[in-house]
Amino acid sequence: MGPSGEPKKLISVIAASSVGTLIEWYDFYIFGSLAAVIATKFFPAGNPTLALLSTLATFAAGFVVRPFGALFFGRLGDLVGRKYTFLLTLVLMGLSTFLIGCIPSYETIGFLAPVLVLILRLLQGLALGGEYGGAATYVAEHAPVGKRGFWTSWIQTTATAGLFLSLLVIITVKNNLSAEEFADWGWRIPFWISIIMVGVSILIRLQMQESPLFAAAKKAGTVSTHPLRDSFANRYNFKFVLLALLGATMGQGVVWYTGQFYALSFLQNTLKIDVAQASQLIMIALLFATPFFVFFGWLSDQIGRKWIMLTGMLLAVICYRPLYSAMYEIGISAGNGEIQPGLLLNDFQFWKMVLLVFIQVLFVTMVYGPIAAFLVELFPTRIRYTSMSLPYHVGNGIFGGLLPAIATYLSTRAIQMNDVAIKNGVTPTYEEPYLEGLWYPIVIAGISFIIGALYIKERKNLTE
Amino acid sequence: MNQLKKYLGIVWIIVGLAAGYYLLISQAIPKFTSAQAEDRIPAIIYAFILTPLIVGSFLIFGFYALKGEYDETD
Repeated sequence: MGPSGEPKKLISVIAASSVGTLIEWYDFYIFGSLAAVIATKFFPAGNPTLALLSTLATFAAGFVVRPFGALFFGRLGDLVGRKYTFLLTLVLMGLSTFLIGCIPSYETIGFLAPVLVLILRLLQGLALGGEYGGAATYVAEHAPVGKRGFWTSWIQTTATAGLFLSLLVIITVKNNLSAEEFADWGWRIPFWISIIMVGVSILIRLQMQESPLFAAAKKAGTVSTHPLRDSFANRYNFKFVLLALLGATMGQGVVWYTGQFYALSFLQNTLKIDVAQASQLIMIALLFATPFFVFFGWLSDQIGRKWIMLTGMLLAVICYRPLYSAMYEIGISAGNGEIQPGLLLNDFQFWKMVLLVFIQVLFVTMVYGPIAAFLVELFPTRIRYTSMSLPYHVGNGIFGGLLPAIATYLSTRAIQMNDVAIKNGVTPTYEEPYLEGLWYPIVIAGISFIIGALYIKERKNLTE
Repeated sequence: MNQLKKYLGIVWIIVGLAAGYYLLISQAIPKFTSAQAEDRIPAIIYAFILTPLIVGSFLIFGFYALKGEYDETD
């Protein structure tokens, strides 16, 4: 048995894998997209900044546990198979998300509310940690030689599509309810909708077959009996795990979260643009940029994966500050010289802002489009699920996932320090305090670029 | 190129140690003792998540690079 070259079968494999992964991303991101509302519901009132930071920290906790999910479910996937493992992750994700929508507010049950949110958020993170590696491995092991970049890039679109879907559902719910109704109970609907989508996805996935490469390995008796030991205690393999993390996924993670999440947070919290307009703006940028995931995945089959990913990182490092500076200028000019809450951009400003976000998402597509194929080809079938999942989720879950919390903190701190300096009649330390948060992705992506450029060898179109 | 990769191994070890010093001594510890409650969250993130991860990864990676594990002959 080998990888399937039949386009029809491949399309059904992609569809079944992608729908489930998309829903998992949707579940994961509605929490982030609703961070501002959640902050008021599950955390004590009185200090909105602390509540928002606590919410972002809870959001980040979901990312931090992703590597543990990668280890647990990766091991399971390498032992019993890809298909059953990512069915399990889907069920876990669906239930956790649904239950977040059922938790009573802080006003009703006190501190139990944030504790329950945290527990369910951790379960979401564990599930996602197991899902992505399984889906990417599953698709790659079905793809014909020389087309892994193209086929796995469809899985890569799901993270962005999941974010898009989460924003779409939230906007739709908001538009159909009054502001009071949404703040009171309407915000729960996006969480509840998840259970329906997960149910449909489970039915689709039950029809799927096991990956041909894994099935062949199992038949031949070459499946690993100790995937964790073979992945991380084996020096030869572990050095590639480290290289994948420091030279690729670490940089890719921060580029992803800057382009998609920090951009949204910057629009809503720094520029104070109207929430609906900011979400709409991000959605349009995502919509235009999403096809480029597939383009760069395809291109990586032709010219190699390494330099496409690294070019995306380098461009991000160079362009982030000018891009965000330009975004700030638009916000200032829309507010007639100052930042005003509920700011509405005019058409010209709106499309200019869309372009600036689009450019950032384009960088994301460069680093993210080919990365599944890159990771899959770095490790052998017998320990692939475990080995590729860990660096991916450490890079994305920890380095990327912590980005909103760290960047928001850095910017807020710089703004506060400037305010104190002005109050004391001293020259402010930071010229552009709102850009301070960007140092985190710039430094991380810069280091990742250097390591990747020097140490990664091009390994495209391998047969295993 | 292999020589450069090996020498850079020392740089990665230094980067790991410097990052550890910066995150723990300059960032996390002052924030733990800060009067502002919102400083605690980044302090926890710096001390218990980023520091062990970044220091550990860079030290081992630097050590491997120094030993020639990433040489082109692999």
